[in-house]
Amino acid sequence: MAKQPVLLGRAGDSLRESFGKELTALSSEYENVVVLDADIAGGTGMHHFRKAFPDRFIQCGIAEQNMMAMSGGMAATGLIPIVTTFSVFMLRAIEQARLSVAYANMNVKIVASHPGLDVGPDGASAQCLEDIACYRSIPNMVVISPCDPTEMEQATKAILDYVGPVYMRTGRSNTKRILDESYNFEIGKGKILRDGSDVTIVACGVEVARSLEAAELLSSEGISARVVNMATIKPIDSELLVRCVKETGAIVTAEDHSVIGGLGGAVAESIAMHEPAPIEFIGTKDVFGESGEPDELAEKYELTAAFIVKAAKRCIKRKLA
Amino acid sequence: MNNDWLRRKALESIYHAKSGHPGGVLSAIDIIEYLYNNEMDYDINDFDRIDRDRFVLSKGHSAAALYAVAAKVGIISSSRLNGLRKLNHELQAHTHRVSTPWAEASTGSLGQGFSFAIGEAYGLRMQNVSNRVYVMIGDGEMQEGEVWEGAMFASHNGLDNLCAIVDYNKLQSDDFNENIIKLEPLTAKWESFGWSVIEIDGHDGIEIKEAFDKAKKIKLKPTIIIAHTVKGKGVSYMENSPAWHGSLKLTDSELRSALSELGASEKEIEEAISG
Repeated sequence: MAKQPVLLGRAGDSLRESFGKELTALSSEYENVVVLDADIAGGTGMHHFRKAFPDRFIQCGIAEQNMMAMSGGMAATGLIPIVTTFSVFMLRAIEQARLSVAYANMNVKIVASHPGLDVGPDGASAQCLEDIACYRSIPNMVVISPCDPTEMEQATKAILDYVGPVYMRTGRSNTKRILDESYNFEIGKGKILRDGSDVTIVACGVEVARSLEAAELLSSEGISARVVNMATIKPIDSELLVRCVKETGAIVTAEDHSVIGGLGGAVAESIAMHEPAPIEFIGTKDVFGESGEPDELAEKYELTAAFIVKAAKRCIKRKLA
Repeated sequence: MNNDWLRRKALESIYHAKSGHPGGVLSAIDIIEYLYNNEMDYDINDFDRIDRDRFVLSKGHSAAALYAVAAKVGIISSSRLNGLRKLNHELQAHTHRVSTPWAEASTGSLGQGFSFAIGEAYGLRMQNVSNRVYVMIGDGEMQEGEVWEGAMFASHNGLDNLCAIVDYNKLQSDDFNENIIKLEPLTAKWESFGWSVIEIDGHDGIEIKEAFDKAKKIKLKPTIIIAHTVKGKGVSYMENSPAWHGSLKLTDSELRSALSELGASEKEIEEAISG
């Protein structure tokens, strides 16, 4: 018998894997949960669910538009459909998400793996840098991007308990566990992970770990940076942002997404309205990615801690000017 | 079958809306009426129960036909019909699940209602509910790739609780189907996608009844009824004319002439005009 090829990224602590494991663990209790897959369960973490609940795993084939609109109909019969594929293909089905999920206000959870440059070698076609911007603009849609396996596990339960449409990002690459069990994820609430008084770094997803690293680097230079994990991009936690502006006077946003319309856009809209302050954006600068390892891409496209440090210093200078 | 009253009410609502799609409303209305009056198992007062048949109007621009039928069977009051397409009114131009939950899906983007209905059929079967799901699509709608994605899914899964109907009036927004993108051979297409196909005259009550009776007996496959219809059926100046696809405004004289042809008395016509 020929040796089986090793499937990349199957094992480990990636956000997609922790989502897959947690959803599977919860689904004995949440009997109405069904998973819709577009022939990519090995990549989205849904292979765990398929194995545990074959009768509740719905193979839709490579047909994302039908999958998305069907999920609305399934929810109409009382099920809680989890629509899964890569985030770029959630863009392909966004009009179905808009009409048959969000406008109809169906209890569907859209969970997208492979967001951002974190995708790595698969290149620009798979590296979705626009999904937060697009999904955030749809009424009724909650948008979440957890930062580590602990938060992913808590968010998985939270979206099942929440009634209504949700778009949630997972992630392809292995992700450090940065939060312990005392952490308490809540939809719509940002969390201060590290306090500081000179600047606030507001981050989501894989950029949260890089922001904590940046705060450490800043600290060694005598700059006190606060780090906020803004896992819910919509609805944005304006109350916390106002407080951060009042207490630190400068904001840097950091996300593995375009600087147009994502977390940075949401934060800028909020503080422009409620408590204006200088703001700097870490994210891809209206460009596509390319093949490469996630860390190499983060360096080339300026998403690393070193670039967050530079942005924080620029922002503090603007505050003092 | 005589659905003149329904046709009049639907046209009257489009007249008062000052916009709408009369052609496809008139081609679809006989089948929708049959479903709600004769075929489906449902309770006009309880759309929350899971064990009921469902209908999705995927060609949502024909919503005026569905609303008129809903008024006839008592789901809504006929006094609501002339609020179609008006501000702060529940009768949206295309069906909307939030404002009219009994209409099942939010529609207006072709292909989606078809998928939504497939999702309902799959969801019911998963939960061992034996009720049926009906979905009407337009002919031009079959140009959407999503329809064929759904067609493959439904046959692959043997959804015999699903019955689709094509309102095959041969006309779409700009022109005849065959001048836009050809659909034929339709029967062969659907059969090759694994569906059971029944072709009927979509305005003939006996053929409609026989088709739905037959569809219920077909096992392990979804069924599609290809209903040959006439766009604008019942109003001679609209019949088979692409100009009446809409969205368009009906003038007083156009409404008078249509209502008169549909058997309305002078008094009824005056009442319709004054709304």
